[in-house]
Amino acid sequence: MPNKKKHNIVFVALILVLCICFFTNISFGSVAIPFKSIFNSLIGNTLENTAWNHIILQYRLPKAVTAIIVGSGLGISGLLMQTLFRNPLAGPFVLGISSGASLGVALVILGSSVFGGFFAILFASKWGIVLAASLGSFLVLLAVTLVSIKVRDTMAILIIGLMFSSITSAIVSVLSYFGSAEQLQQYIFWGFGSLGNLSWQEIVILSIIYLLGLLISITTIKSLNSLLLGENYAKSLGVNIKKSRLLLITATSLLAGTITAFAGPIAFIGLAIPHITRQIFNTTNHKTLVPAVFLIGAIVMLVCDSISQLPNTQFTLPINAITSLVGAPVVIWLLVKKRNMLF
Amino acid sequence: MLTQEAHNVVLKTKNLSIGYSSKKEEIVVASNINIALKKGELIGLIGTNGIGKSTFLRTLTKVQPPISGHVFINNKSLNTYSGLNLAKTLSLVLTEPLASKNFTVFELVALGRQPYTNWIGNLTATDINAVNNALTEINIEHLKHKKCFELSDGQLQKVLIARALAQDTDIIILDEPTTHLDMYHKARTLKLLKELAKNTNKTILFSSHEIDLAIQLCDEMIVMTKNDVVINTPCNLISSGIFNALFPEDLIAFDETSGSFKINKNI
Repeated sequence: MPNKKKHNIVFVALILVLCICFFTNISFGSVAIPFKSIFNSLIGNTLENTAWNHIILQYRLPKAVTAIIVGSGLGISGLLMQTLFRNPLAGPFVLGISSGASLGVALVILGSSVFGGFFAILFASKWGIVLAASLGSFLVLLAVTLVSIKVRDTMAILIIGLMFSSITSAIVSVLSYFGSAEQLQQYIFWGFGSLGNLSWQEIVILSIIYLLGLLISITTIKSLNSLLLGENYAKSLGVNIKKSRLLLITATSLLAGTITAFAGPIAFIGLAIPHITRQIFNTTNHKTLVPAVFLIGAIVMLVCDSISQLPNTQFTLPINAITSLVGAPVVIWLLVKKRNMLF
Repeated sequence: MLTQEAHNVVLKTKNLSIGYSSKKEEIVVASNINIALKKGELIGLIGTNGIGKSTFLRTLTKVQPPISGHVFINNKSLNTYSGLNLAKTLSLVLTEPLASKNFTVFELVALGRQPYTNWIGNLTATDINAVNNALTEINIEHLKHKKCFELSDGQLQKVLIARALAQDTDIIILDEPTTHLDMYHKARTLKLLKELAKNTNKTILFSSHEIDLAIQLCDEMIVMTKNDVVINTPCNLISSGIFNALFPEDLIAFDETSGSFKINKNI
């Protein structure tokens, strides 16, 4: 089919763009390093300038890898949510996954002064934050799912997700009222999102969970396609709805939950990337959409991160602000130009 | 002769009671339903709003359990069918709108092949063949590359029927396939179903409010009234006078000679 051929060409182009973005992302930073040295370093040669060597291998490379994981993971979890809830506005943010993570982190960082003891010990390690965020997002997603089994209306589910966000942000406000200035600052910095704070060791943990989530996503591709018809049709095609729903939710909380835990809440990627992908590929087949969302998510995240670096300056803008600046207009454009967000 | 008849039966119910049961109470919508549907037949299911047509279809398709009694498909109890096996025996066309209309017609019809495809849903040559045959059978090959949101209601209904056909099942069940369609397309759709049943030897059961069209086209009709669920040929049903029991008689009455309902002019 001609369609398939066209898709293959776009895929090759996207992979090339991804490579270019990856290289460009590593090339930019507060210290100017010549392209040649970066290339040399990336192919495994040790540079004479040890500082450069350290910057590239211990700072920029892990940041670029994190960007790829974050962009692709959030994009795919958004795609899964949009199809599961059959709502173009679904995404990790709207369904309250990120606010669940925020609540968990707030409890650990800010709550340590209120609750003391146990939380104070947890607070001591970065893993405490990661654990709290994962647990928070999983619990909120679980709650939304339980509600979604009772309430059939997908619009109601989204509103419930928003209500969960309100409740968590209210609790966070209360906690921050009692927290110290130092703790508050730490929480706010987590909320900015950051790709650059991860060590290789943390990236290994993140990638293991991420790969697990990715693997589960791939196994759900077939049922995702029939879910687009509606649940009753999917069931009539032999899909085990309960099992698929559980798999999809698990994959999403693994992907979005862990990413939020490590990199902070990154807005709009989960919502906007699937829509951008559908504009480019114009298909409903998740066999094409999942890898396409992977590539486009990674590319967009690398670009956003490059922008936030403000090349060759000392400043780094919060990544969350950049993704919102890119993502929100995309959603508005889709609504205005395309009238309805087909999915 | 009798065994031949029994051999032809695809779907059968035995003392079936349908309805809803919760912890508190049991609402029986209809009971003592004994029907048998044969191969290659077009069967219409009629009854007033709220009489339980949808509940009946939902019970036959294992969406909800019966209150009591049994459903047999190909002489096997419905309970013994796994989701996947049922998907290879029974396909559906529902009234609910599609969750996404961004499918191309080919993609949508190809989803009918899901029970047969591998874990990731790759279409083999057999599958593509089945899809193309379904499109040819319904005469919609020219729509193949159109998006579903570009189609009219009548065209979309045909595409959904093609999808059910591609699923290659013994039975196709349609829930009110003629709603939203104009007079011509109502007739067109039911005529198409009639031809499909005849050409493909499938059993096609549909619920409808188009009683006069159903009388003209169906091999058999299931009539649901408050007291009874009856299955018979349209001719026999007319002479039994059941159509007059269908609605309250104050406004419309069944005219046996024309086989349709007429407004009661005396009021």
